[in-house]
Amino acid sequence: MAEILLEARDVAKHFGGVKALRDVSLSIRQGEIFGLIGPNGAGKTTFFNCLTGLYVPDGGGFTFAGTPLQADAPHQAAERGIARTFQNIRLFANMSALENVMVGRHVRTRAGVLGAMWQSAATRAEESAIRQRASDLLHYVRIEDRADDLAKNLSYGDQRRLEIARALATEPKLLCLDEPAAGMNHTETAELRDLIDGIRRDGTTILLIEHDVKLVMGLCDRVAVLDYGAKLIEDVPAVVQKDQRVIEAYLGA
Amino acid sequence: MSKWLNPRSAFGIALIAAVLLALPFVAAAGGQAWVRIVNFAILYVFLALGLNIVVGFAGLLDLGYIAFYAVGAYTYALLASPHFGVHWPFWVILPIGAVVACFFGVLLGSPTLKLRGDYLAIVTLGFGEIVRIFLNNLNAPVNITNGAQGITLIDPVSIGGFSFSGTTQILGISLSGPQKYYYLLLALVALVIVLNLRLQNSRVGRAWQAIREDEIAAKAVGINTRNLKLLAFAMGASFGGVAGGIFSAMQGFVSPESFSLIESIMILAMVVLGGMGHIPGVILGAVLLSILPEALRYGVGPIQTAVFGKMLIDPESLRMLIFGLALVLVMRFKPAGLWPSPERKRELQETGGRNG
Repeated sequence: MAEILLEARDVAKHFGGVKALRDVSLSIRQGEIFGLIGPNGAGKTTFFNCLTGLYVPDGGGFTFAGTPLQADAPHQAAERGIARTFQNIRLFANMSALENVMVGRHVRTRAGVLGAMWQSAATRAEESAIRQRASDLLHYVRIEDRADDLAKNLSYGDQRRLEIARALATEPKLLCLDEPAAGMNHTETAELRDLIDGIRRDGTTILLIEHDVKLVMGLCDRVAVLDYGAKLIEDVPAVVQKDQRVIEAYLGA
Repeated sequence: MSKWLNPRSAFGIALIAAVLLALPFVAAAGGQAWVRIVNFAILYVFLALGLNIVVGFAGLLDLGYIAFYAVGAYTYALLASPHFGVHWPFWVILPIGAVVACFFGVLLGSPTLKLRGDYLAIVTLGFGEIVRIFLNNLNAPVNITNGAQGITLIDPVSIGGFSFSGTTQILGISLSGPQKYYYLLLALVALVIVLNLRLQNSRVGRAWQAIREDEIAAKAVGINTRNLKLLAFAMGASFGGVAGGIFSAMQGFVSPESFSLIESIMILAMVVLGGMGHIPGVILGAVLLSILPEALRYGVGPIQTAVFGKMLIDPESLRMLIFGLALVLVMRFKPAGLWPSPERKRELQETGGRNG
């Protein structure tokens, strides 16, 4: 069995009286595509936000690559190698596509204010490396011809791709995608599927939240199902698909 | 960089340089007061560019920016005047002023990091007033700032034996004090413009822009938003501190009166009116807003006497009236500022200016 990359232990989060997450535990192995599904309001995005440090869990915690994750520091999660996209796309709308990805390089580069003002050889070399890497990533997600367009002027599908490119720029070990196929047509979804599969083959572990059950079942190695903030099951897609509790949760029986 | 080398740009730059170099002599034709007005315009460019780092780049609304100017001015005044009997050279004091202002920038920044928009504006406004009131009252029990009387007889800037005050003859040309300061200011502001351009197109500049665009997304890609906001406050404040030092030396006198809320608002108006985040726009805004009121001051009186044969409205109040009207008109017809960055202009056109 592959090494465990991320382990969640009894993660709990409540907003007032609403228990958004009830002691969710799961483990994601190195190199797999792990699906997290569940009906609307099941707590999937809350789980994401706890993992990436935007929310502080009320109980439990995460172990990432063998060491605990600090609970309330989003920038540290990114530094440790957890990158994410957002359900409702959050790009830097008035920056070009290329600049968006260049911002993603922030956490892997060093130049400070003095370097910027002095323009030392090291700073200039780093700057051109950032630019090069960013344009390579745009090429990787196949939107290189939109590099100079403002992010908000990109088509919906391209914005999704750009967000993935920006996340990849942080050199993540774990890439968390929050409903990447939402609002996409069949062709776009198929292309997205190839992209995600390609990212995994290039060595990045993927955590995928998705509503499109067909996509999840076809793409993921293992799947966990959340319902009312609690985990119902965590297994390979074939088993999950046949599980009575999952069927009930989705059909509302 | 290649675009700087084509002949048309080279000619344009040479022309601008020639105009800027000749300006103090042209202005002197209208009296030394006009040279001083031009000097203040440059000083305001300096300040507006500093505030632009905070407001334009990082998107933090700061209404107390004048406080850093005050801190820089008083640092200079206390270290180069008979008040404490200290007379340090300007090239020592200006960096000290920058560091002290920077410290105050962090002091203001750290408790306000979680605030945004209007709330941040209110706190910074309060901070600006606190600094001014402190300066007004720090004359007892120990006299540090000399209270409302201010500090007088501040040393002018001098390099070696060359003093920037008083008239000197260089190569047969007579240069007045303000004219000499003009060239000093011009050199400094050119440096500030270069530094600002470099900052904007750097890793840090992009991170600031990312925070302005979407703070949560910025955090998610690993930007330490807390530190970078503090950095923006600190950088903006240090530019303000240096500008304050020059102001002190140029005037030879500082008092808390010079650092009122209206000054903060004026500088913010320069940034907003010119085009937030766009360096050429900010420069234009600063020059216009500092020259125009003066032009009105000198123009309104004579025009009234010429047209009506007597003064109908006090020039001072009419000046504010015209000035206010101009502001309203600009915001109505050019909501992104007079010279916005290309992106910002497009943004406002698409949303019909409502989100501006």
